Amino acid sequence: MAKILKKERLSENTVKMVLEAPLIAEKRKAGQFVVLRINEQGERIPLTIANADKDAGTITIIFMEVGKTTSLLGTLKEGDNIMDLAGPLGNPTHIEKLGTVVCVGGGVGIAPMYPITEAMKKAGNRVITIIGAKNKDSLIMEEEMKSVSDEFLICTDDGSYGTKGFVTQVLEDVIKRGEKIDVVVAIGPVVMMKAVSKVTRPHNIKTIVSLNSIMVDATGMCGGCRVSIGGVSKFACVEGPEFDGHEVDFDELMTRQSAYGKQEHESMQCFLRDKK
Amino acid sequence: MEVKDRMKIPRQKMPEQDPKARGKNFDEVPYGYDENTAVTEAQRCLKCKKPPCVEGCPVEIDIPGFIVCIENKDFDGAIRKIKETNGLPAVCGRVCPQEDQCEVRCVVGKKGDPVAIGRLERFAADYERNKGNVFIPEIPKSTGKRIAVVGSGPAGLTAAGDLRLMGHDVTVMEALHKEGGVLVYGIPEFRLPKAIVKAEVDYLGKLGVKFISNYIVGKTRTVDELLEEYDAVFLGTGAGLPLFLNIPGENLIGVYSANEYLTRSNLMKAYLFPEYDTPIVRGKNVAVFGGGNVAMDSARTALRLGADNSYIIYRRSRVEMPARNEEIHHAEEEGINFQLLTNPIRFIGDDKGRVKGVECLRMELGEPDDSGRKRPVPIKGSEFVIEIDTAVVAIGNSPNPLVPATTPGLDTSKRGTIIADEETGLTSREGVFAGGDIVTGAATVILAMGAGKKAARAINEYVMKK
Repeated sequence: MAKILKKERLSENTVKMVLEAPLIAEKRKAGQFVVLRINEQGERIPLTIANADKDAGTITIIFMEVGKTTSLLGTLKEGDNIMDLAGPLGNPTHIEKLGTVVCVGGGVGIAPMYPITEAMKKAGNRVITIIGAKNKDSLIMEEEMKSVSDEFLICTDDGSYGTKGFVTQVLEDVIKRGEKIDVVVAIGPVVMMKAVSKVTRPHNIKTIVSLNSIMVDATGMCGGCRVSIGGVSKFACVEGPEFDGHEVDFDELMTRQSAYGKQEHESMQCFLRDKK
Repeated sequence: MEVKDRMKIPRQKMPEQDPKARGKNFDEVPYGYDENTAVTEAQRCLKCKKPPCVEGCPVEIDIPGFIVCIENKDFDGAIRKIKETNGLPAVCGRVCPQEDQCEVRCVVGKKGDPVAIGRLERFAADYERNKGNVFIPEIPKSTGKRIAVVGSGPAGLTAAGDLRLMGHDVTVMEALHKEGGVLVYGIPEFRLPKAIVKAEVDYLGKLGVKFISNYIVGKTRTVDELLEEYDAVFLGTGAGLPLFLNIPGENLIGVYSANEYLTRSNLMKAYLFPEYDTPIVRGKNVAVFGGGNVAMDSARTALRLGADNSYIIYRRSRVEMPARNEEIHHAEEEGINFQLLTNPIRFIGDDKGRVKGVECLRMELGEPDDSGRKRPVPIKGSEFVIEIDTAVVAIGNSPNPLVPATTPGLDTSKRGTIIADEETGLTSREGVFAGGDIVTGAATVILAMGAGKKAARAINEYVMKK
């Protein structure tokens, strides 16, 4: 059981929660995730750890309400309990002093990008951060990201805040400046990570992406999270979640993520009906 | 009763759900013996002075001892006798391959059918559980020793129960949210009801065994960290990394590992979707690849999820199938379509990335291979396509690497199994013991239990000397 200590709505459908999880808080490193199950009927879903406080024994999760489970999670209040919480899972991000690191976060992907950006900064890198969202209202964690960046760039799809356009355009501008970039780390929607990898490939810039494929146990047991990396099947839960963006078969990942579209819709309809 | 009279009694049938009806529900297939049938079956036992059946039992149950109790209608006595050595009798009575272990050695079986030892074990366990008054043996005075058991599958539960009965303080750590390991995620409800696993786990709880779920050893805490708190660690983490066929199209939507398919259905209750949130593809034409018990479980699950055609595709013949005869027989009765001597070569997808067919080759049997079984050889030009919308790969598992990868100095084999002494379970690390599938590779429930038992003895010796 994990108690919800704090809940905050960051945008219309993005929620931040601070959970009581001392064992996980003590262990977690940037890039890792947890698996949770809300109640007896619930499914197990992976969520990245956005932050943790070892002393307070808490972790922070930030999620977008998209399906039944995340929507139900969004209805829980401070003081409520999440039935099952396990972690930290996955391999931590490889952090070291590399030189200049560009951290690209898109949408709710900014949340897992935060601890990585923070760790990259702490390791002594020059950190250029690019965050993007649909519009000003859905942009999250601006202050936090800014505080751990040497250079901070914002864009929105509709131009309501920062540069108008996608993170890839901003990234391209940074590359064109001619600055030596040692690594790009990108987390966001799969289509964004695919586009970022496409931008960096011709420049031979190492690009790390974090893949959120469908998982059940998240300990290597089910194999549901398999992704093709350089033509070889890998399990995102135990061999990832981070991989070389230039090796990932993003199209296959997008297809696999759509596997349960019909059931997810049905489940959501039941949820909305029950809510009434 | 005279021996010749005993020999005249036929092996008692166990009533079962009608094959047609059961293909549409997840209720348990066999109903079990009633008291009279159990007593009659017990009368068939010759109570051999040197019972060969016991030698075949990895957990050393006093088989004639408990059967004579049943014959005398002392059912409480029967279950107590079993529980002297076996903490999971209701599970073993259902899923043990008795035909290859105790029953194969039964003297009565030399001239006819062996005594139905497994069914009698199941009867005794069910009798006690249904009565609701479970006998709790006295626990000896605390030794003050603390032992961590990693994994709550058959090996871990057995080791935990035995260690507790020796007076140790035992904590079982489970990575999933529910205890039981393969008994809850792998074996379907119709073969092993989850309520039974729960009852047996609860029994260990009543003995004083502590359980922590959602605790991933290797991630939440490492083995080295456990050793700071505990006097010994037992690793029973199982063989939980699914093997795939490595043929084109294997990542299409609708292609599952048996682990995923069964975990969704069993542990997460996807068969009750949308009442339960976990989805599963309810295929109309489902192909399961493999010939073991897991393949049978998957094919029969597919049928119950509404498949019109549920195929078993196996590259050898029925004779070589590793599944229990009883399971193959149940599958056949339910109408599973067996495509024997058939090997898949590629999956075919539609424009949405969903599997729509599998291309196969017919095989014939050639000379024996390293395993001693006849090697399947492809028949040239025999390619054909089976239309499917779901595929389940059930060709086995390799050991889960989470613990070996995070435990320095823990020796593993090329196959990834932990190297442990067969008699004691001792690994290359002091105070760390291992048993079950993580040591042997995928095997049976009862062998894992046997390993848990041996390790418990060795751990006891180790911690008491410490």
